[in-house]
Amino acid sequence: PPPLPRDMATPARDGEAATGTTIMACCFDGGVVMGADSRVSTGTYIANRVSDKVAALHDSIFMCRSGSAADTQAISDYVRYYLAAHTTEVGRAPTVKTAATLARRIAYENKDQLLAGIIVGGWDAVQGGSVYVVPLGGTMMQMPFAIGGSGSTYIYGHVDAQFKEGMSRQEAQNFVKKSIAHAMARDGSSGGIIRLVTIDANGTEREYIPGDELPYGP
Amino acid sequence: TVGDIKYRDGVMLAADTLCSYGTLAMFKDAKRLTTVGDNTLVGAGGEYSDFQKIQHMLEDITGDDRNYDDGYNHSPSEIYHYLRAVMYQRRNKMNPLWNNLLIGGFKDGEAFLGSVDMIGTAFTDDFLATGFGAHLALPILRKRWQPDMEEGEARELLEDCLRVLFYRDCRALNKVQVAKATAEGTIVSDPYTISTNWSSASFMQNAGNLQGDGGW
Repeated sequence: PPPLPRDMATPARDGEAATGTTIMACCFDGGVVMGADSRVSTGTYIANRVSDKVAALHDSIFMCRSGSAADTQAISDYVRYYLAAHTTEVGRAPTVKTAATLARRIAYENKDQLLAGIIVGGWDAVQGGSVYVVPLGGTMMQMPFAIGGSGSTYIYGHVDAQFKEGMSRQEAQNFVKKSIAHAMARDGSSGGIIRLVTIDANGTEREYIPGDELPYGP
Repeated sequence: TVGDIKYRDGVMLAADTLCSYGTLAMFKDAKRLTTVGDNTLVGAGGEYSDFQKIQHMLEDITGDDRNYDDGYNHSPSEIYHYLRAVMYQRRNKMNPLWNNLLIGGFKDGEAFLGSVDMIGTAFTDDFLATGFGAHLALPILRKRWQPDMEEGEARELLEDCLRVLFYRDCRALNKVQVAKATAEGTIVSDPYTISTNWSSASFMQNAGNLQGDGGW
C-alpha cells in the first residue's frame, strides 16, 4: 500500500529543520504584501527564532517558504537561478506567473521527495500585483490572498472574515500583520518576529516587527 | 518546563502558563504551580489532567491535616516521598500519571527541593528543572546559582531561564508565574509577562535577499 502522507509537523528525517510557520501574501491595489513569522524548529527546539522566510526570487518577485527548511531553500535557489537565466534570454523582467510556474514544476515533478508549501507573490507589468500558491502536491492557484504553513489553520476564520477586495496598501499590510500575529499566538510551530515585504511598481519595502511589538499576542 | 531553586529565604518555583494541545497553544493562562498547605509548593509539566488529579490528592492531604488539628502538618519532604510512591505505583501498573513534578518547600528552617518524574524517579538538589528546562535552564542555573541568593536575584535568575525557554522551546510562553515558600508561608504570584529581546542588529538583517545564499 502507498505510504501515508506525512503531515507538515513531522520532519522528513530525524533532526531535520522544519519551518513550522505561518506565511501569507495579499494583493492590494497596485502591488502585493507578503509576510511570514520567523520560527524554525527541529522537533520542539527552536533552531532559529529570527529566520527570514520571505526569499527574493527577482527584483520584484518574492517567495514565502513553509515546510522543510532544506527543501524550500533548495527550491528557491533553483527558481532564482532559472528565473535569472530566463530573464537574460527574454530580455525583460519576468512575470510573477513565470516564477510561480517554475516553482510549481519543481514541486510537482519531485512531489514524492519534497515537503514544501510555497506562496509566490510580486509585481509585474502584465498583471500588476499577483499571488500564486503552490501547496504540497504541486498544484498552482492564483488567489487574491493566500495563507500557508501550520499556523494558517488557526486563521482561516479570521482571514475569511477580515479580507475585502480592493484594499489599500496600508490596509493590506495591517491585514497581513494582524493575521500572522494571531496565528503565531496559537501555533506552537510559529512565532518570533514578523517580516513583511511590500512590492509595487516602484520596488520593494521590507518591514520588521519585533516579537514584543506584535499587533496581537504572543 | 518548571524550574526551581533554593535561595536565602527558602525556595522559589517558576513556570510559564501555557497548556498545549499538540502544537496548538490551547490555554495560555493555565496554572501549573500549586500550594500544599503552608509549607510546600508543587509544580508540574506534562499532562494537565493528571496534574489536576494530583492536585485533588494533595488537597485531600491538606484537608486531613486541617481536620486532625493536632498541630502537625505534612512537611515538603513527606509530600515529595508521597508523590514518589504514587508515581512509582502507577508506573508499575503500566498506567502512569504523565507528569514531571517539582516539589519545593520550607519548614522548620529547612529548605527542600525535589523532583519526581512519571516513572517514579526521585531526587533532591539545590536547583532543578523539568522538560526542556533540563536542557536549557540547568546549564544557566549551574553557572549562576549561589547559595543564599536574595529573593530579587533568585527571581531574576528564574526569569532569565524562562526567557531562554521562550526563545528556544516551541511549547513555551512569555507569560509566567513565580511561587515561593519561606518561613512566612507559601505564595503563588499572578501570571505576568516577561520582557524579550527581538531587536539585535543581526536579527533584523534580511537573509532572503537576491545576493544571499538562500539561507536562514
